[in-house]
Amino acid sequence: MNIQTSKESSAMVVKVTGRLDAVTAPEYEQQFTALITGGETRFVVDFEKLDYISSAGLRVLLAMAKQIKAKSGQIHLANIGGAVREVFDISGFGSIFPMHESVISALNATAG
Amino acid sequence: MVTPFHTLTCAANVGQLREIAEFVDECAERFGLDVKRTFGLQVAVEEAFVNICSYAYPEGNGEVIIAAGAEGDSLVLEISDNGTPFNVLKLPDPDTTLDITNRDIGGLGGYFIRRLTDNVCYRRENGQNILTLLLQRTS
Repeated sequence: MNIQTSKESSAMVVKVTGRLDAVTAPEYEQQFTALITGGETRFVVDFEKLDYISSAGLRVLLAMAKQIKAKSGQIHLANIGGAVREVFDISGFGSIFPMHESVISALNATAG
Repeated sequence: MVTPFHTLTCAANVGQLREIAEFVDECAERFGLDVKRTFGLQVAVEEAFVNICSYAYPEGNGEVIIAAGAEGDSLVLEISDNGTPFNVLKLPDPDTTLDITNRDIGGLGGYFIRRLTDNVCYRRENGQNILTLLLQRTS
């Protein structure tokens, strides 16, 4: 698992590569929490290069979203496809998170 | 179960997850499970294993055996441990309709095991927890 961030005018883009499982989720949580603590409140999470996610990854995503909501921020997800999509759909996360087909459309939604 | 074609024995430690994922991939490939179903099986096995580490072996030390076999058109994975009696299938389903603010964190593990397999059952036998996951080659 690897995380790359890029600061855009409307949001912080967090690109996740690899696997989000019970082994890597704690590191993801740590890095994401640091961004929130650092004052960021608007996020686009880019999952285009995400190969795998289990409940451990979804747990962190929800915990981060709760923190962001508490600060009146926004979190948008982009590029969730393939087998990963099914996990989002059956967990209900596909309907509780705003999902976008691209980072650009997620950024536009964040700005709006 | 029928004679397994592949077996993995490992420590009940979340750090073993990468090895387990490789094992599951090998089993799925040898059986001929498609990519989508293999992904579901990966998630189901991780959830089962993580729950064993937390609840069957709360003290930390223990062993997990995963045996894979083919029964007709189904891939069968039997996951067994010698820990405290624990049935992951008894965990309640999460309410998947709640929004971010009201949704409880967690509770998805047992739900994923049920939803991402074609059949799953638990039994306690000779001091072991035995969870059997079944995936058909095609739905």
